[in-house]
Amino acid sequence: MDAGTAAHRRGFRRLTGIAMTLELRNVTKRVEAETHIADVSLTLARGSLNVLLGPTLSGKTTLLRLMAGLDVPTQGQVLVNGQDVTDVPVQKRSVAMVYQQFINFPNFTVFENIASPLRVAGVASAEIDRRVRDAAALMRLDRFLERYPLELSGGQQQRTALARAVVKRAELLLLDEPLANLDYKLREELREELPKLFVEIGAITVYATAEPSDALLLGGNTATLSEGRITQFGKTVDVYRRPNDKATADVFSDPPMNFIAARITGGKAHLPGGTSLPARGPLAGLPDGEITLGFRANHLYLRAPGPDAVPVTATVAVTEITGSESFVHVMHEGSRWVALAHGIHELNPGAPVELYLDPNRVFVFGRDGRLMAAPAIAAAA
Amino acid sequence: MTDIVAGRVASTPVAARRVRSRVGFSWIVPALYIFFLLVPIYWLLNMSFKTTNEILGSFSLWPREFTFANYAKIVSDPVWYNGYLNSILYATLNTVISVSAALPAAYAFSRYRFLGDKHLFFWLLTNRMAPPAIFALPFFQLYSSVGLFDTHIAVALAHCLFNIPLAVWILEGFMSGVPKEIDETAYVDGYSFQRFFFKIFIPLIAGGIGVAAFFCFMFSWVELLLAKTLTSVDARPIASVMTRTISISGYELGVLAAAGALTIIPGAIVIYFVRNYIAKGFALGRV
Repeated sequence: MDAGTAAHRRGFRRLTGIAMTLELRNVTKRVEAETHIADVSLTLARGSLNVLLGPTLSGKTTLLRLMAGLDVPTQGQVLVNGQDVTDVPVQKRSVAMVYQQFINFPNFTVFENIASPLRVAGVASAEIDRRVRDAAALMRLDRFLERYPLELSGGQQQRTALARAVVKRAELLLLDEPLANLDYKLREELREELPKLFVEIGAITVYATAEPSDALLLGGNTATLSEGRITQFGKTVDVYRRPNDKATADVFSDPPMNFIAARITGGKAHLPGGTSLPARGPLAGLPDGEITLGFRANHLYLRAPGPDAVPVTATVAVTEITGSESFVHVMHEGSRWVALAHGIHELNPGAPVELYLDPNRVFVFGRDGRLMAAPAIAAAA
Repeated sequence: MTDIVAGRVASTPVAARRVRSRVGFSWIVPALYIFFLLVPIYWLLNMSFKTTNEILGSFSLWPREFTFANYAKIVSDPVWYNGYLNSILYATLNTVISVSAALPAAYAFSRYRFLGDKHLFFWLLTNRMAPPAIFALPFFQLYSSVGLFDTHIAVALAHCLFNIPLAVWILEGFMSGVPKEIDETAYVDGYSFQRFFFKIFIPLIAGGIGVAAFFCFMFSWVELLLAKTLTSVDARPIASVMTRTISISGYELGVLAAAGALTIIPGAIVIYFVRNYIAKGFALGRV
């Protein structure tokens, strides 16, 4: 049996494999006394695009490494198609990985970099040539095949890394913030191309990112990660619209979600500072007690958005102006909020400012941090 | 008067004067430095082309009776040229052993965290701080009792004492310059450790290996005490031959100078090949 047939067989098995899945079962990773990943259970299905969303140090990279088999969990199991692969080394798994840094072999040409996984697998050279050229065309690297990675721009280097991940046709494609080190324009460009690519590959794709906008743009499913725990896993839009708890809502908001403690009595939500919100929308029908209200920056207004909106007075801390938008950072009763307003608003630090809260657009969290009520879909966006 | 002075100043731009003054004096210090560095080497070469009589009899800045006889003696007398061959042989052996032993050690230090790794690394360095002389006696006794005395491998092994730590230290610096993700990408691609190490990793740190090899070779080449103590006839190093021939027929200063001049050559050749990497090694703060 020659190498080409072997590769063909493998490819065949991959296509006929039914409902390929990756499952993490109660996976925990501790390094010395520090817990990096705490009791994560997750099932990812074939052909799905999964975003792993979490801030820096939330454990995204560790989780990807556990999925890949580069690290072995302290507790728990990793299963592929129901089979325990926890102790199977990465070489024997069908995985491809792209890092945030542009990782290529500097002593190989772009062609040999892309061909590398196929060479190791013993694929026939004619097929290597064909597949490398296909992947290079997909990543628009055709003209650079004979160059060395360090002679390329950052974007081209990352394309090379992506092409190598694609060419392998692995069952599991892991991307660890692949666009984070690219400049703005390239990032936009690749961010549009990548989802199409993932569909084409048909693997389980896991895309780790710290930016909520990446998750929304890529679609698919999102798992939010906070301090080593998966706080929620579901369709990206659902997670965005109905975050399970405060941690999820905070992770899935950029800038982070604004919070305020409130008390419900007599059908009204009383805020510190003497203001109260009428029991409209998500606030309607809540039992009396302590709650936390959360609202995204774009739902803290400089002008009253509707008849239900209630003014609150805060102090301007700083204003960031991006051009078409202004991020107004304010202090209100000891907590820091950010309001996103269209256009340029020049507000002096230290000056009082009147902001508006719309009870129809707030998330209500209980004292334990769990979601009690979310805005109606029409109002949540 | 003042007008003339002002006119002169105006016609000489400040910048141009600065450039001229820099050109005027700045070469003196390096020139003096190089001059004093080169004087002993020149004098050695100068002596090596003179007869012993001329060396002892008169002071001359260049050879009056130019002669190749000193060099001819070295390449024709087996005691002399065997000295060179012995030195080259054990220095090469030592380089090969040191670098091959240091490669896996440096990889472990650069890639893994293990119990006492930092202490072990520091302890390796302290081996370099100890003067080789204190090891001469134990080595002599040990090698004599196991029949290694007066062999090339004995000297090569003894020099490992300070060359392996040095090679580990240099290589660790170069290896840590290669991101760990390169290793992982290779494993993800399906490379076994061995295949990755030889096909990808070694080429990436080839410069470091060159620098480490250079230093191992040089330190082994110039080390005299251990090499002299552990050998008598068969593996006698050139430096030892040089110290012993003085008394045979009076002072053969010309031959001695020629031998000295020849010992510079291997180092000069090796340094030519690794000169670019040594600069990199300095940049990494390791050499």
